Amino acid sequence: MSSPMSTPGGKRGRPSNPSTLLPSEVDMSSPLMYGTPSSRVDGTPRSGARGTPARQRPDLGSVRKSKQVDLQSEPSAADGAAAAEQPAGQRLVIWGTDVNVATCKEKFQRFLQRFIDPSSKEDENSCLDLNEPLYMQKLEEISIVGDPVLNINCGHVSSFDAELYRQLVCYPQEVIPTFDMAVNELFFERFPDSILEHQIQVRPYNALKTRNMRSLNPEDIDQLITISGMVIRTSQLIPEMQEAFFQCAVCAFSARVEVDRGRIAEPAVCRNCNTTHSLALIHNRSMFSDKQMVKIQESPEDMPAGQTPHTTVVYAHNDLVDKVQPGDRINITGIYRAVPMRVNPRQSNVKSVYKTHIDVIHFRKTDEKRLHGQDDENEQRLFTEARVQTLRELAAKPDVYDRLSSALAPSIYEHEDIKKGILLQLFGGTRKDFSQTGRGNFRAEVNILLCGDPGTSKSQLLQYVFNLVPRGQYTSGKGSSAVGLTAYIMKDPETRQTVLQTGALVLSDNGICCIDEFDKMSDSTRSVLHEVMEQQTLSIAKAGIICQLNARTSILAAANPVESQWNPKKTTIENIQLPHTLLSRFDLIFLMLDPQDEAYDRKLAHHLVSLYYQSEEQLEEENLDMAVLKDFIAYARSYIQPKLSEEAGQALIEAYVEMRKVGSGRGMVSAYPRQLESLIRLAEAHAKVRFSDKVETIDVEEAKRLHREALKQSATDPRTGFVDISILTTGMSATARKRKEEITAALKKMLQSRTKTPVMKFQQLFDDLRGQSETAITKDQFEEALKALCDEDYLTISGKTIRLAT
Amino acid sequence: MPSTNDWINNPLGVVEEMFGASQNSSDSGWEAKVTEFFRQRLMEKDAHTWVPSLNDVPLHYLKPNSLVKFRCLIQDMFDPEFYMGAYDTVDPSTKAKVLRCGKYKDVTECGVDLDSANMVTSERQTFYCVPIPGESPWVKESYASTCQARVVPSTSYVPSRQKRSYEDDDEDDMDTQPQAQGHAHNAAAEAQGNGDSKRQETEAPSGQKASSPPLDLNFPLPGEKGPACLVKVYADWDSFKLNDTMEVYGILSVSPALSALSDQSDTSSSLILDPAECMETAEELRVHSPPASLVPRLHLIHTQRLAHNNPLLPPAALEDSAASLASTLGEMVSVRAELLAYFTQLLLGDVLAAEYLLLHLISNVYARRDVIPLGKFTLNLSGCPATAGPAYTEQLYCALQQLVPSAYRLSMTLQNMNQLRLVPRKDYVANRLLSGALQLAANTSLYLDETQLEQGQLDPAGVRNITALGNVISWQKVDYDFNYHQMEFPSNINVLIASEGRSLLPSDCHVHLQPQVTPPNMEAYLGSALTAQSSSQLNKFRLYLTMARTLDYSISEEVTKAVEDDFVDMRKDDPQSISADDLHSLLGVARLLCLSLGQSALSTDAWSRAKHIETLRKSRSEPQGCLNGNEP
Repeated sequence: MSSPMSTPGGKRGRPSNPSTLLPSEVDMSSPLMYGTPSSRVDGTPRSGARGTPARQRPDLGSVRKSKQVDLQSEPSAADGAAAAEQPAGQRLVIWGTDVNVATCKEKFQRFLQRFIDPSSKEDENSCLDLNEPLYMQKLEEISIVGDPVLNINCGHVSSFDAELYRQLVCYPQEVIPTFDMAVNELFFERFPDSILEHQIQVRPYNALKTRNMRSLNPEDIDQLITISGMVIRTSQLIPEMQEAFFQCAVCAFSARVEVDRGRIAEPAVCRNCNTTHSLALIHNRSMFSDKQMVKIQESPEDMPAGQTPHTTVVYAHNDLVDKVQPGDRINITGIYRAVPMRVNPRQSNVKSVYKTHIDVIHFRKTDEKRLHGQDDENEQRLFTEARVQTLRELAAKPDVYDRLSSALAPSIYEHEDIKKGILLQLFGGTRKDFSQTGRGNFRAEVNILLCGDPGTSKSQLLQYVFNLVPRGQYTSGKGSSAVGLTAYIMKDPETRQTVLQTGALVLSDNGICCIDEFDKMSDSTRSVLHEVMEQQTLSIAKAGIICQLNARTSILAAANPVESQWNPKKTTIENIQLPHTLLSRFDLIFLMLDPQDEAYDRKLAHHLVSLYYQSEEQLEEENLDMAVLKDFIAYARSYIQPKLSEEAGQALIEAYVEMRKVGSGRGMVSAYPRQLESLIRLAEAHAKVRFSDKVETIDVEEAKRLHREALKQSATDPRTGFVDISILTTGMSATARKRKEEITAALKKMLQSRTKTPVMKFQQLFDDLRGQSETAITKDQFEEALKALCDEDYLTISGKTIRLAT
Repeated sequence: MPSTNDWINNPLGVVEEMFGASQNSSDSGWEAKVTEFFRQRLMEKDAHTWVPSLNDVPLHYLKPNSLVKFRCLIQDMFDPEFYMGAYDTVDPSTKAKVLRCGKYKDVTECGVDLDSANMVTSERQTFYCVPIPGESPWVKESYASTCQARVVPSTSYVPSRQKRSYEDDDEDDMDTQPQAQGHAHNAAAEAQGNGDSKRQETEAPSGQKASSPPLDLNFPLPGEKGPACLVKVYADWDSFKLNDTMEVYGILSVSPALSALSDQSDTSSSLILDPAECMETAEELRVHSPPASLVPRLHLIHTQRLAHNNPLLPPAALEDSAASLASTLGEMVSVRAELLAYFTQLLLGDVLAAEYLLLHLISNVYARRDVIPLGKFTLNLSGCPATAGPAYTEQLYCALQQLVPSAYRLSMTLQNMNQLRLVPRKDYVANRLLSGALQLAANTSLYLDETQLEQGQLDPAGVRNITALGNVISWQKVDYDFNYHQMEFPSNINVLIASEGRSLLPSDCHVHLQPQVTPPNMEAYLGSALTAQSSSQLNKFRLYLTMARTLDYSISEEVTKAVEDDFVDMRKDDPQSISADDLHSLLGVARLLCLSLGQSALSTDAWSRAKHIETLRKSRSEPQGCLNGNEP
């Protein structure tokens, strides 16, 4: 079978497929058979296998394109073989294969009747009883729903009967029609009254033969394969003639001619009246089937570095037409074909190259489920047993957390806590759905902001993270606009349709969006982040398109201080000048500052120098670590969904109450529910690092510690030295607010004392107040106090004069 | 010519002989034998110079089905294709069957028996290769002069081929004529066809140049000349990477039957019933099967990876020829001094800038630590005298081009920034990678002339181009645009930015030029500096630059310790004086300094020297003030 289909010019093969019911069995001239198969939407008036029209399967295509000329006399497949087999007994196999139709049919029926998969995780099986034969339930479903397609997981076939699976993979175009027959017999035996549009077609999927487009080779020709890829182009629908209908202009005698090797032989003489050249093609009584060309390209994850992706042509037939759009990530199960190309039909030498394509039998979108918030099973299947074992061993180590955090960006020295924070961000919390109670989804993603002096490798850290996660996006605040982040509408140059193009935030759904130079972003751009960072959605209302897109992305941002150097005398807010509404949406805010300490310097220098002379092998090892880290994160993200344990819940409550208490002593609020949520997320992420299904006290401890560390860095009030959460939540420390109130009160008192002069000069008043006060008052503070009084309608300011309100 | 040149003129004969021999014996390793045979032959002294090169011999002078070589860069990788590895042919008169070999061929012999059981399907990969972009003229000349192959235009080809020749005597016609003629040929074919491809032509994406030639050979840099080639690779194609440079030895195939378009007119009758054929858009067909007279096919037999394209050095890695280079190593210090003097002259008497320029030219990304490329050294030469117009920067580029094997000057005008395609983009209609100016071979010098930038607005494409340039400089990577996603390709490009003020692009090192001399006529001054160098002197420089770049480098324990101490001390005095980033660049400068002196290990001397020049450089940029704290 490894030799390719080899008839010259046989591009599409003979489309009329003798493997389904032969025309003799169904009256092909009946009006029901007119037009394209898809136009026959109504059920048949009769029922039962004989009454349900067979539908041609161009996807199985060129069955009899074999090189044997005398094949016509041989049973080829399905019916033909079944008919011929009775006299010949059980020994007969389909030509060129080792498939015995009767055995095959029997085996498949047994499979349908007996196969049980109690551990099924596929979502389409979710409402089925897993302890009953799976496919019998599906047949029942077909009888109710009336969609005559039975999808068969090849993995099931292989676990049930390895021999049958081998035959299916090696001889799909013989075996699948046999399956069709078997299933129809079974179906109409069980549900004799059901009415179907056409006979049930079996669509196997998940053949394990091939996973990657790159590994396709000549041995896969004519075999059942499954590959994954991304749709890059789809053609328009092509009606392909399966059978031409000719009518004699003289005597109205009709003749049918099957398309043979892409050509129709027009009958020259009418068999009825012997008139020559009297037959005319009647288009609307000819049979057509739908066909579409789809181009798929390797998914970027499957590609070796430094090479360009391969593409493959795929033909979709009948109802698989228009099932996929460009940009979809799909798994395709189909038959791999190769046909020779002719240089010139009039010359006999052919170009020694074949054209290859896949006749698709089954499409499966791999990214469909992302809509429901779960990572798809295909990503999960990437892990081999051995790999999972390695990962589990790693997770069982007591110091896994430290190991992983040190494996993160090894070229960046120190900043252990920051790396730990980013590590937890990579894992993320557990996604919880409270939409039932009206609260919507809880954010599970951890957002982190790094601020600090220029040149402290913030950008490198961001680049590293961006390269580590599969769905990462990297943008720079300077270069991105609001539309670049969210989504924009554009006219497709080809179709002239308005299409929604998604920006970085939407593209990094389920991933991490790294935003460098966060401070350089314009205010309007930043404002779109508010919704994303808490609600995890993106609302769009433009050009007549109103929608809400998912943007469940973690944000890792880096910001430089306004004064180019971090001013330790100022609060975080003052240093980076970002609105506090946005800052409070970050779970962790870290400062990356130069520690300025000798031991640190020495280690740093050593670390950097070693970068410059390490050998290639050592570098290789580092790379290995990155691969393990990648897998570890991917595995934990898709498999581990930790839940809070009782003790952990208690610990969190205690931690929160404690945080609230700290502030209450000084008359200020030191924690908000948002901080509690952050703690929960961090604790969950830490549990994921341990591959634990339960969040335990140690997770809460670490979450608390990290949160405290981050706060210590970012929310310390430089005036008092206390950690003050209100710096981040209201943009001003409690002491600063108190001071403001004091000044306002003093100013008011002063003004009250001199009501005689309702008009004053700004500068004079400022000097008076300064003279009166014991502590220094800055001009800013004075202006703020004036503004506060102005808001109280106590006075009005016009230019440099201040007028008391009367 | 030696009599052994049979394997050059008729390599297929050799292949067939071996194939035939393998059929009689059970020994199946004939394919390995073929490659081994040719490898051995090419190993022989000077043997490779007997092979004519597609780079310097016009296509019509080459004999079809002879062995040729091609120095090229892999611009795009097409899908693998299945071909008939072996097949039977039937003689129509005698009905005798003969087993034929399909390897290294595009078209089969007449009378293929498609139902034969002996048919073997094999797989091969096609690469679209272009000459190394930006290759300096001296490199081309030098390679051409070492090639000893005598090519006589084969008589049978002269009449027909001459007309459609690649290179004409008239230089100006070179890039238009062959295409125009190729087009005339195609147009005739199309006229008979269904006109599909014709329509495609006029509807060609407007993003391309308006006067888009009928067949865009897809060179990364505008204005490039030379043949493009479809190289068919038979083994081990996974080891090739995009943008690899190599010299391929292969069998030239120019069969006119390969042109897809001529074929269309004949099959037009079957087109209607054969949608499979028209599925591949006309555009795609044109790209994947262009006329063989324009894009010849090359069936690869032997490859020589090029670590560099300097004709003065043997192409292999340095270790092999270490002995012959030992003498040159000794001379490095003196050559360095001469080169420095030359640069000083070019840079108007600025010794420090000359020193940095030298370091820049020998920089090379030698490793990557997670995302950080090590060894890159982007130089921003600011303070280029702009009063003299573009003359100065242009002349400087000419001088550099004479020294480095490949270089490209990108004039950063607003128009260029907005319109040029810097980042390669996948064209899904034609199913190929549209090249961009940043698709360059390793160690190409990219000379950005920022003095040409004027005020105005960058459109989105311009912003993307600037971002792409920034990415190359900071991370040495280019994100190729695959429409649905981006794919990152590592690059190794030496970027030199010439600007008036500090560049808007990031850089590893910024030197403000302090001219010591102000020649009244800049052009004449530089011109005389350029011509003053003898060609042997230039060759010495060329050799030096490539050599220094490939040297090994290490740091001993003691020096590491000294550097650490030094760093700690400096930080102790003034923590602001040196940050981790500064140490990074200092280590980088020290490394290049050592290499430039021909030393392979860091010495304390070199370290203090690196510190010294860094201090000098910094003291220059500080008065400039505008420190931008945001570069990585």
